[in-house]
Amino acid sequence: MSTKAKNLDNSARKTATFLGIELKELSQWTCCGTVFPLITDNLMPLIAPARILANAEKQGNKLVTICAFCYNVLKRTNVTLKKDRQKKEKISQFLKDEGKEFSGKIQVIHLLELLRDGVGFENIKNKVKKELSSLKIAPYYGCQLLRPAQELQLDDPENPQIMESFLKSISCEVIDTPYKTECCGSYLSVSSEDAALDCSYRILASAIKNGAEAISVSCPLCYFNLDQNQKKIKEKISGFIEIPIFYFTELLSIALGINLGKEIFDLHFVDPRPLFMSKNLI
Amino acid sequence: MNINNEDRINFMGKIEQLSGQKVLSCYQCGKCSAGCPVASAMDILPNQIIRLVQLGDEDVLNCKAIWFCASCFVCASRCPKDIDISKIAESLRSIKLRKVFDYLSIPKIPSEVLAEIPQQGLISSFRKFTSY
Repeated sequence: MSTKAKNLDNSARKTATFLGIELKELSQWTCCGTVFPLITDNLMPLIAPARILANAEKQGNKLVTICAFCYNVLKRTNVTLKKDRQKKEKISQFLKDEGKEFSGKIQVIHLLELLRDGVGFENIKNKVKKELSSLKIAPYYGCQLLRPAQELQLDDPENPQIMESFLKSISCEVIDTPYKTECCGSYLSVSSEDAALDCSYRILASAIKNGAEAISVSCPLCYFNLDQNQKKIKEKISGFIEIPIFYFTELLSIALGINLGKEIFDLHFVDPRPLFMSKNLI
Repeated sequence: MNINNEDRINFMGKIEQLSGQKVLSCYQCGKCSAGCPVASAMDILPNQIIRLVQLGDEDVLNCKAIWFCASCFVCASRCPKDIDISKIAESLRSIKLRKVFDYLSIPKIPSEVLAEIPQQGLISSFRKFTSY
């Protein structure tokens, strides 16, 4: 986050502070592993996320994730170890060697949930300094925040509304699109670039077709795929018009009047400045 | 082609054990394939992958489709029989990967992707598509 998703990191921290949320970075954090293990016979991939949860338990009762991949892995690990006694016992043996313990009392939430439940969208609305009502934003969820829904329970996996409610609270005009929960291509950008480009293009084209002027995302990989892939899409599809991509926390910063610095726009491949200037927002 | 029933049960059993999914529950409704965002790039569709596992055709291990799975879980969320097809795809991949096989060739990753993609893109693709 502090290297490849600086705009998410900065905007999330600054908006949280402004809204009175004390976000304490987890000490001794490690990579969560990025993907939740999908096979039954190898529990090793659960050790890293379980260790993070065990650490978090000692530091608070809520673990807030800002990255959707981390949310997916950590929440699923939490749910799995709480439900499956055998797995919990095996993992606990590993953690015991490190002097750690997982008890399952930590709650894993995503920043969007914290904004909805901890701060309240009405409270956010009351703190808005800059009206964004001239901006037509299409919320894009991707997959890791929503699925599998039985384990994550963040929102309806087919027609979620949490980001819509958030965008409305910061006065954006919300554009609904049928591809808002469709995968952006994810890590296929590494192994099968064309397949990932197709996925990203469908989402972008649908948003543009429905009148969106920008797309709001919550995941660094979605941000990369939807933003950076536009470079290659422009080369392949004539007449393709670029559309800026924002982290939802960047939009929140602008609405709350928080200055993120001009460099923030340089972190976007598709420069959002022309859009903002056309709306007199900068 | 002829598949010995015992071989079929062994192969299907191995996949069921690895994935934790009841492969025989699938009645080929096709919702997984309809929802899969990468289906158009696959050589066989998700529902066809399950069908081949049901039939015990080990040649399914050589399909390209399992290497296009992005683990987006739409298939699992739409299946009326609660089968997590992404787990079946991962089981098939793991059988190949455990024989020291890399689907993804790291030196061949485009340099601009390597330079710009968030680390989670690299780690997740390495974990899914390279040997361990």
